[in-house]
Amino acid sequence: MDKQTYADMVKAASPPTAVFGNCVRAFFVGGGICVLGQVLHDAFLGTGLARDDAGLVTAAVLILLAVLLTALGVYEKIGKFAGAGSIVPITGFANSVAAPAIEHKKEGLVLGVGAKMFVIAGPVLIYGIMASVVVGLVYYFVGGGS
Amino acid sequence: MTFLWAFIIGGLICVIGQLLIDLTKFTPARILVAFVVAGCILGGLGLYDRLVDFAGAGAFVPLPGFGNLLARGVKQAVDERGFLGVLTGGLTAMAGGVTVAVVLGYLAALVSSPKAKGL
Repeated sequence: MDKQTYADMVKAASPPTAVFGNCVRAFFVGGGICVLGQVLHDAFLGTGLARDDAGLVTAAVLILLAVLLTALGVYEKIGKFAGAGSIVPITGFANSVAAPAIEHKKEGLVLGVGAKMFVIAGPVLIYGIMASVVVGLVYYFVGGGS
Repeated sequence: MTFLWAFIIGGLICVIGQLLIDLTKFTPARILVAFVVAGCILGGLGLYDRLVDFAGAGAFVPLPGFGNLLARGVKQAVDERGFLGVLTGGLTAMAGGVTVAVVLGYLAALVSSPKAKGL
């Protein structure tokens, strides 16, 4: 039996309700994190911050919460329950920075914390920068139409 | 009303990620990369800001919102300083969020015992 046949058999045998349940949990947890972001954003706008600044402070608070929960081992549990609901929000990015940094601490501050911190965030930043350069080039040469 | 749309749109973006995990071979790392790039492209086309206007945090808290931030930043930088903006816009736009994540992640690593694991 080759790999593909096996994968097809696993797919056929696994209940579709599992996917549905995963999606429901991802929806509620991910949506809930966004609502928390909206509450924070509105609160910071209310203090007189400009829109972009309120966005940054909101992101900072969400990142702070995610790093705290990661250090306490709670974010991992949320992740097991919520799947993509905890990966896709900015809190998932914060977790992807903090968790490997903590996990690889024993390998030292440079090659442990320093290097492993970017094991997931690094690719995100690299492809993000690449995409921004492509967008910038197109915008420069073709124009944004505005 | 914004709260409801933030919940629904934010939740749906996460469902797309969950479907990619369950139905394809996408790992969490690939989801993060794909969503940031997708957000940057949609932002470059000027589409993602419409979603942000509509859904608020439901659009800017998920990672495509981070990509959109890069697109917005690079366009603004090109407007301000021409071609050099292509080189500076993306990183400038992400500077605040990435710095917060790095500083807090570093401090967390200093004070924590290495039992916490990633997703």
